[in-house]
Amino acid sequence: MYELRLYVAGKTTKSVTALSNLKKYCEEHMKGEYTIEVIDLLTHPQLAEGDQILAIPTLVKKVPEPVRKIIGDLSNKEKVLVGLDIRPK
Amino acid sequence: MSDTLTPIFNNQNQLNILHKTPTGISGLDQITLGGLPTGRPTLICGSAGCGKTLFSLEFIIRGAQEFNEPGVFIAFEEKAEELAVNVASLGFDLNKLQEDKKIKIDYIHVDRSEIEETGEYDLEGLFIRLGYAIDSIGAKRVVLDTIENLFSGLSNQTILRAELRRLFQWLKDRGVTAIITGERGESSLTRQGLEEYVSDCVILLDHRIINQISTRRLRVVKYRGSVHGTNEYPFLIDEEGISVLPVTSLKLNKPVSSESISSGIDALDDMLSKKGFYRGSSILVSGTAGTGKTSISSSFANETCNRGEKCLFFAFEESPQQIIRNMHSINMDLQKHVDNGLLHFYASRPTLYGLEMHLVAIHKAIRKFKPSVVILDPITNLITVGTVSEVKAMLVRLIDFLQEEQITVMFTALTLNTVINEQTDEGVSSLVDAWLLIKDIELNGERNRGLYIMKSRGMQHSNQIREFVITDKGLDLVDVYLGPEGVLIGSAREAQMLLEETGQVLHTHAISRKDRELLRKRKVLEGKIESLKTEFESTEEELNKIYIEEDLKKEIMEQTRQKVTDIRRGNNSPE
Repeated sequence: MYELRLYVAGKTTKSVTALSNLKKYCEEHMKGEYTIEVIDLLTHPQLAEGDQILAIPTLVKKVPEPVRKIIGDLSNKEKVLVGLDIRPK
Repeated sequence: MSDTLTPIFNNQNQLNILHKTPTGISGLDQITLGGLPTGRPTLICGSAGCGKTLFSLEFIIRGAQEFNEPGVFIAFEEKAEELAVNVASLGFDLNKLQEDKKIKIDYIHVDRSEIEETGEYDLEGLFIRLGYAIDSIGAKRVVLDTIENLFSGLSNQTILRAELRRLFQWLKDRGVTAIITGERGESSLTRQGLEEYVSDCVILLDHRIINQISTRRLRVVKYRGSVHGTNEYPFLIDEEGISVLPVTSLKLNKPVSSESISSGIDALDDMLSKKGFYRGSSILVSGTAGTGKTSISSSFANETCNRGEKCLFFAFEESPQQIIRNMHSINMDLQKHVDNGLLHFYASRPTLYGLEMHLVAIHKAIRKFKPSVVILDPITNLITVGTVSEVKAMLVRLIDFLQEEQITVMFTALTLNTVINEQTDEGVSSLVDAWLLIKDIELNGERNRGLYIMKSRGMQHSNQIREFVITDKGLDLVDVYLGPEGVLIGSAREAQMLLEETGQVLHTHAISRKDRELLRKRKVLEGKIESLKTEFESTEEELNKIYIEEDLKKEIMEQTRQKVTDIRRGNNSPE
């Protein structure tokens, strides 16, 4: 079970791209076994502190361990999958 | 809010005032003529351990405590709890300040191993966090310490540099006064070249070891829009935070006083036409070892305290207890003044700090204690931690500062040869207003001390070398003793005095003898006169007797003739 959090700052192109990319990869490789939470820091700035968010967009994989942060619009699929510790099927 | 305003003209020739934010760090506000530029970022760079974090922390804390400006401290290296512990030793309570919403400390952690960079991104998260922190307490001051950590965490330099540029512009737009710290680079001011982006004001901190002594220095490399001191200023970090050595004015327009204060030795005061030294002047007492310089300076301190004024005694050679004990043996009770709080000793070995540190420490002590008289005994030891020219420079600054405050200062200096080098004494002799020399005079197999006023600006002084004695009743200058061959001192003087005394006794004795003889002669004469008188009287009587006899004879003859005449006539009767 993957718990993923995507931090964005409003509806910028990078954020939209990242979200769509993320959904795509998750459907491909983790069918049904994931949850995506989108946190908009413009509305909830105090949440940036908890996960030490600097860059936008940032994808944080909380579960399973280890905690991983992937920053960028997630256009590089290889790196995203490596970062999420997912073996491509 | 306290501001210092410096006018600058923009292109339309209208006056644009450059506001400055005071830091509260002692000495720095003087060097920058008001503080850091308001609403602009300042770069502080230095190598590891220079004091950058402490500097920026003090800026925030003092801003909150003294100037009522809340501040945000973004730490990239230490966690908030660690920072709180580190500054607790300085007396700053970070936790309370955070609770009172005067300060916000945010720890931003960048761990390379956790991050995977995929595609385009920006650092909006940082901006959001910063914005949130500033807005939550209404901060006017911000510190980013040290932002170069971002470079080690994120590898895309292009994005990073672009975002940094954007960040500093964002800070300016927000109107916060920011301090950015950076590590010193090899070829550039900072390792990552932050000075490209933050160039309104750049301050360089330095930590050097010279002759095994560490010195910290600060230099304002650049300050757009304002005049600033461009030299290197030493500073020290102690239990109250950072103290930068304040600037001494380069103009020679100090206030002066005509009041004179006693030196504590009456005979010395008599040698000066104003009966003492001018208040606010500087006095040098020099002499070879064991000539009594510390005694003279202690006597000056004693006199100051007796007048009810405060005196600060910097002892660089003897411990305060030693001085008190030694002065007690010549009838000076310094312990009483220490107990009353009028006399304060500050003792340290010169080799403990560098020269500049000494100056800063002296400044601090003077500012804290606010004495009216300062004594430095001796200044010669300072040579061991600096060259002659450095010591002279330091003393110039000290004298400048003290004159400004109208504090009288007395230095004692050891002259190394018995032949007094009258030209320089660590080069100080030309700076001071009064110079007392204690010479060792060797004559007839013994040494005595002679005190001589070499110079005293602004008043007449005696040009005699007086004999300086230290007895258990105190210090004294013995009167000049003129013998038949010239001035005499020491045992020769005693001998001559004795001789003259004997002569005097004999002289009186002789005179009394003559007196008696005279008396006797007079008596004899008087006797003679008496006898002559009686002789005269008897002769007189004789003469008188003869007169009387003659008279009697004449009378009788008259009588007889009368009688005879009568008888003759009686014979012619008729019947």
